[in-house]
Formats: sequence, C-alpha cells, structure tokens
Amino acid sequence: MPRGLGHRRPGCLPGMKPGLLGTLGIDARLAALLGTLAAIWLGLHVLTDGIFLTPRNLWNLASQTAVVGIMACGMVLVIVTRRIDLSVGSIAGCAGMVIAVLQVEVFAPGTWWNPWLTLAIGLGVGAAIGAAQGALNAWLAIPAFVVTLAGLLIFRGVAWLLTSGRTVAPMDPTFQLLGGGFQGSIGAAASWVLGALGVAALAWLRLSARARRQRFGFTPRPLWAEAVTILLMSGLILGFVAVMNSYNRPRTDIAQGISIPVLVLIGVACVLEWLARTRRFGRYVYAIGGNPEAARLAGVPSARIIVAVFALMGFLAALAGAVATARLNAGANSTGELAELSVIAAAVIGGTSLAGGSGTVVGAVLGAVIMQSLDNGMVLLGLPSALRNVIIGVVLIVAVWADALWRRRAGGARGGEA
Amino acid sequence: MTTLVEMHDIHKQFGGVAALDGAELWLEAGEVLGLLGHNGAGKSTLVKVLCGAYPADRGEILLDGQRVEIRNPRDARKLGIETIHQTLALADNLDAVANIFLGREIVKWGGALDQAAMEHAGRNVLARLNPNFTNHHVPVGSLSGGQRQVVAIARAIQFQARVLVMDEPTAALGPAETAMVGDLVRRLQSEGMGLIIVSHDLHDVFSLCGRLTVMKTGRPVGHVRTEDVTQDDVLGMIIAGRMPVQTRAARV
Repeated sequence: MPRGLGHRRPGCLPGMKPGLLGTLGIDARLAALLGTLAAIWLGLHVLTDGIFLTPRNLWNLASQTAVVGIMACGMVLVIVTRRIDLSVGSIAGCAGMVIAVLQVEVFAPGTWWNPWLTLAIGLGVGAAIGAAQGALNAWLAIPAFVVTLAGLLIFRGVAWLLTSGRTVAPMDPTFQLLGGGFQGSIGAAASWVLGALGVAALAWLRLSARARRQRFGFTPRPLWAEAVTILLMSGLILGFVAVMNSYNRPRTDIAQGISIPVLVLIGVACVLEWLARTRRFGRYVYAIGGNPEAARLAGVPSARIIVAVFALMGFLAALAGAVATARLNAGANSTGELAELSVIAAAVIGGTSLAGGSGTVVGAVLGAVIMQSLDNGMVLLGLPSALRNVIIGVVLIVAVWADALWRRRAGGARGGEA
Repeated sequence: MTTLVEMHDIHKQFGGVAALDGAELWLEAGEVLGLLGHNGAGKSTLVKVLCGAYPADRGEILLDGQRVEIRNPRDARKLGIETIHQTLALADNLDAVANIFLGREIVKWGGALDQAAMEHAGRNVLARLNPNFTNHHVPVGSLSGGQRQVVAIARAIQFQARVLVMDEPTAALGPAETAMVGDLVRRLQSEGMGLIIVSHDLHDVFSLCGRLTVMKTGRPVGHVRTEDVTQDDVLGMIIAGRMPVQTRAARV
C-alpha cells in the first residue's frame, strides 16, 4: 500500500496536506464558504439589532434564494465547460410567460391538469431553447457568449411579444404553491421526515463508499472521522429543518416547514451533484473544461455533452421562471430580468473559475445564499438599492480575489485565469 | 505472419497545405519503429491519422491485413491503438485515475462511476510504472513533468493495447525518467506489442528502435534497419532527404 493518502477525495486542492478537513473528507473550500457565510450572518445580525437571525427572516431568505439558486446550479456546469450562458434570465421570463398565457388564456382554467401540463410545456420550452443554443455553440462553433447574448435579446423580446407586454394573472392556485407563499410549505411533520431521510441518505452514502474502498484494500478514513463528518452534516440538515419549522404561518401557530421553492432548489442541487460526481456526464463536463483537446483525444463526445449542458441550463432557467411566476402570481415581463448577472455572480462567489474546469454545485448554492443574505440584510438596514448594488459588486471582486489568492497559495492551477 | 499495421499512400491537407503527401509506414508485432524527420516533416500528423485525431483525406490503413476505418480517437482505441501525445493530453484538473480512465470509465450497475474499482486498477498500473507514485488524488496539473508522463503512459497501457504510439516520449524528461521509458519500451516489445516512437533524439532512437522510417515534406524518404546505418546516414536522410548509398536499394 502506498502511504495513506487513500482517503483524500477528488476535489481537494492540490498540494494540500491532508489536515483535519482532509481527514474528515470535507472540501476545505466549502468549509471556507460556510465560514464566510457564518461571519456575514453574525455581522448582519448585530447590525440589524437581532432581526436577521430570526426564523421568520431565515425562512424568507431561503425562499428568496430559490430562483437564483436553481439557475446557479446549472450555471456551474456551463462555466466549468469554459462557456457562459447570458440568456438564463430571458429564458426564465419567456418560459414563465409561456406558462402564464397557456394556463390563464389557452387551456381551461380550474382543471386539475392545467397547472401540471402548462408547467411541463414551460420546462420543455426552456430545455429546447437551451439545447438549440448549445447546438449553435457545439456544432456551428459560434462562441457561447455570442449565442446566449443573442438569446438574452431574443427571448426577452419573445416574452414581450407573446402578450404585447401585458401582465397575465392570476395563476392557478395549485401552481401558486410552487412559489411558496402562505400555503406553499410542506409543514412540520413532512419537513422532519425529509430531514431524517436526508440524514439517512448521507450516512448510507458515506458508509457504503467506505465499505467499498475497504473491499478494494484502500486505507479507509478513520471511523471517528467518518462519524464526526456525518454528525456535523446531519446537524446542519436538522438545524435547517428546525429553523424552517419554527416559523409559523402568520396569525396561526401552524409551523411552515420547508417551502416548496426551497424544496425544488434542494432537489435540483442534489440531482446536479449526483450528475457531476457519480456519472460519466459529470466527469466529461469537467474534462472538457480542464482540457478540451485531451477530452477529444480520449473519445469524449464533447459536442453532445455541451448540448446536454445547455439543455439542462435552459430547463433549470425555465424551472426558476416557473417558481418566480408562481411567486408573483402573474406572468410578467420583468420576470428574470438581470437574473443572469446574479446567477453568474453566485456561481463565481461559490468558487467556480471562469477559466473552466473547476467549480461545485454546492458551492454555487452557497454563493447564491451569500448574495441573497447580503441583499436581505441590507434591505433590513434600509440601504437604498443603488448602494446595495455597489456593495454586492465589491463583494464579488473580493470573493474572486480571495479565491485566486487561495489557489495560488495551494499552488495548483496551471494556465492563467481567463 | 501478417503485418500488424500498414499505412499506405496517406494524404492529408490543412487549408491547401499538404501535410502528408503519400506517407507510408508499416509495423510488425514486437517491433519498435522509429519515425524521424525535421519539424514539419509530417511525422506527428501521420501518427495523428493513425490514432484518429485527424482522419486522412485519402489512403489506406490495414490492421492484421484487414482494411480499417479510423475516423476518430474512439475508433483507434477500439482497434487497440493507443497514443501518448507529445502534449500528453491530460485534463489538468482531474486526478491521475480519472485521467487514466477518461473516456473508458468503469461503471457500476445503473451507470454510476465505479470510483473504487478504477482507483484500484489505476493504482496498480501506476505502481507498475513507478512504485514511488503516490499522488493519486491531486489534479495532474500539479504533478511534475515526469509524473505526468507516467500518468499518460499508464493510460495507454491500461487497456491491452496492441499498438502504442509515443510522440516525443522523452522530450520533457530527466535521465532517470528517460531510462524508465526505455525499460518500458523494451518490456512492452517483449510482450508482443508494436511500438512507434516519434523522436528528434537520434541517440534514443538508435538504442530502442529496430527499424527507422524517415519522412520529409509529408513523403517517406526511406525505411532502414537501425543496424544497417550510422547516425550520420540517418542525419543525411533527415536533412537532405537522400537514402545512404550502400542501402539505397534495400527496402527492408
């Protein structure tokens, strides 16, 4: 057996000693992001005289994060392949408007199938738009920046043309649940069940991977380290559920529990993590970003992967558009406007390198939470929106600078940042 | 016995420039062929045609006497033709095991990557090449040149290749690592693999290769046995494009 580096996971930084975090199998970068988030939360809590870290505000914060977070998950994969998607806000707006028009003006309102069918069509439209943009990039070699810049203009325009700029409302009551709101949460009992399932899944994943590595004769991570990691992560999951459950519906003592948009975000993040870490698709996405020529010479079907990544991005943009439309209870032309910028910023704050090849879905979700926390906290402080933008812009630069510093110290990255 | 690989009359143009203009080579099992020529002589292009990186415009490739079509790297790999590119063609952000199995991942039932099985096999092949290789979990971008070369070689020999193409295998290596590559070449040769070494280094070529093919401006200058020629003869072939007098008629 070579000396015991067997428990280091891919995704750890190059050149790092397997210190405490390495032994625990926790990505040091994610830990740094979590620490940053904790610092921001504490700071805002003090600045807002104790309003920030209340169940009510955290519950709202979670729901507010959903729209950008859903899209940021997909944006990570796009950026990892050395591409960009500037059209996500417009796709969200366009898909939201398609859903609204079909739901309110085309299909019979009030039928049980209407919200489901219109949602499915909207998601299909988003995926098709994404696939078409991916195909233009992959097969016609038009740079993704240009394709999706055109997409930004085109689909914003299409959304407007669908109704000549009219706002379409009200949405179906079932569909509105997708946006959260008064009824759109799953309650305390279901939230605890989900939390428990999450903990069980986590423990099973870590322990079965450990057993498998032992069967191949690798030095396993010490059992205490595995236990500590599982306990820490379980604590985060159950703590999150507890906070969501301690916010009651206004003027009742019924606990809200996890809201549906947050549930959608969690589901999206889990599926994308699974795709990125355990499937060929994910491996190829990272390989294309790391070295496109090497991927080609290794027989990776790069063009198909690129099209799939953009289709997935379009699908997620449409899903985010549906959530935003449900939340607003209307198909509006402003839905998703400038969202592309928040989405890209969330991915970048979450450690995704625009040079491609590195970035994680979980990091992007944390990036979205950090951005939303700052925005939420500054609203509580009564700062004007112009000043909020200035501060978030500064934070973006600081985040990327800190990340670059850290990479350099870790001594890994060859090749410059784009 | 049929010849392992034959390439006949290969043509390849890049935007009106003929990189290959009737190039040819052949290779027996258990043979090490040196492919020589100036920069721009077309030797890298010829091996890239063989490994599927550039499909040929015209020409014929035979494997065991059977005509084969190689349109992309996947085709070449399926036929047992592995290549160690001059650039190594590694994804710097992935670790050694991920690079070794790139494009040929081991998957479990249901299609999930079998990380443990790949790591097991990857560690074995890396240990065979260099017992001191322990950086299994760091991105290959942070490895030294020699270690990266080991990863690229491991990828090529992991999958029972019949033909191994090495494009400038020792250009970036120190003396110890060059000796390691030499030992490996001889071992693979004794296992019956056919190897093609593209190189500038006449010393390496003379110590490893049984036969040489020299190219100039996309065309073959000639094919000679290493034992029949001196380094000066070969330099003459590379620079002047002329066969040495005493072996001019001998097509081996």
